[in-house]
Amino acid sequence: MRIRLRVNGTERSVEAQDHESLLTVLRDDLRLAGSKNACEQGECGSCSVLMDGELVCACLVLAGAAADREVRTVESLGTMERMHPVQQAFVDAGAVQCGFCTPGFVISTVALLRANPEPSDAEIKEALAGNICRCTGYGKILEAVHRAAGQRV
Amino acid sequence: MPVQVVRHLDEALDALAAMPRAEPIAGGTDLMVEINFGRRRVSDVVAIDRVDELKELRTGREFRVGAGGDTRIRVGGGVTYTQLLTDGAGSVALWEASRTVGSPQIRNAGTIGGNLATSSPAGDTLPVFAALDATVVLRSREGERRVKFGEFMTGPKRNVRRRDELVLAAEWDDAGPAQTFIKVGTRNAMVIAVASLAFVIDAARRRVGIALGSCGPTIIRAADAERFAQGWLEERGWDRPRRPTEAERGELGRLVAAAARPIDDVRGTAAYRRHVLAVIAARAFDRLAVMT
Ligand SMILES: Cc1cc2nc3c(=O)[nH]c(=O)nc-3n(C[C@H](O)[C@H](O)[C@H](O)COP(=O)(O)OP(=O)(O)OC[C@H]3O[C@@H](n4cnc5c(N)ncnc54)[C@H](O)[C@@H]3O)c2cc1C
Ligand code: FES
Ligand code: FES
Repeated sequence: MRIRLRVNGTERSVEAQDHESLLTVLRDDLRLAGSKNACEQGECGSCSVLMDGELVCACLVLAGAAADREVRTVESLGTMERMHPVQQAFVDAGAVQCGFCTPGFVISTVALLRANPEPSDAEIKEALAGNICRCTGYGKILEAVHRAAGQRV
Repeated sequence: MPVQVVRHLDEALDALAAMPRAEPIAGGTDLMVEINFGRRRVSDVVAIDRVDELKELRTGREFRVGAGGDTRIRVGGGVTYTQLLTDGAGSVALWEASRTVGSPQIRNAGTIGGNLATSSPAGDTLPVFAALDATVVLRSREGERRVKFGEFMTGPKRNVRRRDELVLAAEWDDAGPAQTFIKVGTRNAMVIAVASLAFVIDAARRRVGIALGSCGPTIIRAADAERFAQGWLEERGWDRPRRPTEAERGELGRLVAAAARPIDDVRGTAAYRRHVLAVIAARAFDRLAVMT
């Protein structure tokens, strides 16, 4: 089944399997491996993307149902030379260890700060409840979000 | 399997009627897990998440604590938890239940219609609909059927919805401010309920609704506990706020726990579920009794 969608500002057309998720389309067909695949059941948040501006798990979006949607992945945020403020804050705070969860946390943080530029600890914890990190113990991630708060995201 | 993206209700109902094996998908938060794990093979899918007619939200007035009266509330089947939390749920208990669902990602995608259609005994909105005595509005090309929640869900993941029908909406009479939903889980976020309870005191209609989730094969109405609370309110006077005594709270809790039909599973034992139900029911009674 051929589907058209807009990914990181570019019109794309892919041939997707019927049962395929948006996540596998992004990773396998469009070679955008920033969104990670860890659980495929909505539990870990490592596949988080913005679809029409809303934070969702790409593993829970049926590819065919994403037709004509606007999808933003972590690849659209910054480059190695010019990192996005949220990416920079994660680096500066040392909030990255193995890094597997990081793209998901970065996207969720962008969604949070767009809605609430100066969140409290409690608000950050609630907004990031759908993202799991096995390494950092979350302390540095909390610090990274505070560092990024108040900047244009 | 073609995935058909539809934009209007008629289009969705036509597609379901035309394709005998078609299944709707809304937020995908239940169905995609099944598909990803190969537990369910779907042949034809109708994506209904862009159907505006399913996103209707009628809360009568701007939802606020303290609102009451004879307003009829209607929540479309395609309304997401995020939409309810932002625009008002028409029920404090439904708002509280929506707030406990999953994570922001899940609440942005997951819908009321999906929760109803899945009919998991752990579905968080379901005890609320039971306690509110809500009506589930089903629509197919043949027409509309209105079914009380108590007759809608018939067992674990079973309900009376025909496959060509959509959950168009849930409807109920505004029950006023004295209502709550309490969920107990193994941690604070992203949990399937170990036990949950919805408690509604509708002072205007002289009615009490108490329903339990994750405590049996289906959602359970605690009828004896409802009668006890109703009798207590008759005696006290429906509009004369007074706290129940410890003995009265204990009795209410005991009756709620007795109504449950829990099992032992990985999330908790039957004994723990009964214990926790007695505690949260007594707490809810105490809190709501002074609000009427
Ligand atoms: C990580 C995670 C956490 C979760 N946490 C919770 C939680 O805390 N509490 C809770 O209750 N649930 C939870 N869920 C389950 C799920 O999010 C909810 O049941 C949600 O309401 C499902 O809605 P949906 O739109 O995503 O359904 P979908 O997955 O799109 O559909 C589910 C089923 O309903 C049918 N369907 C959907 N919409 C309609 C309609 N309008 N008419 C007829 N049939 C329809 C579909 O055909 C399918 O069979 C969780 C799920 C995940 C993945
Ligand atoms: S891979 Fe999507 S939430 Fe884990
Ligand atoms: S840094 Fe390793 S999982 Fe988060």
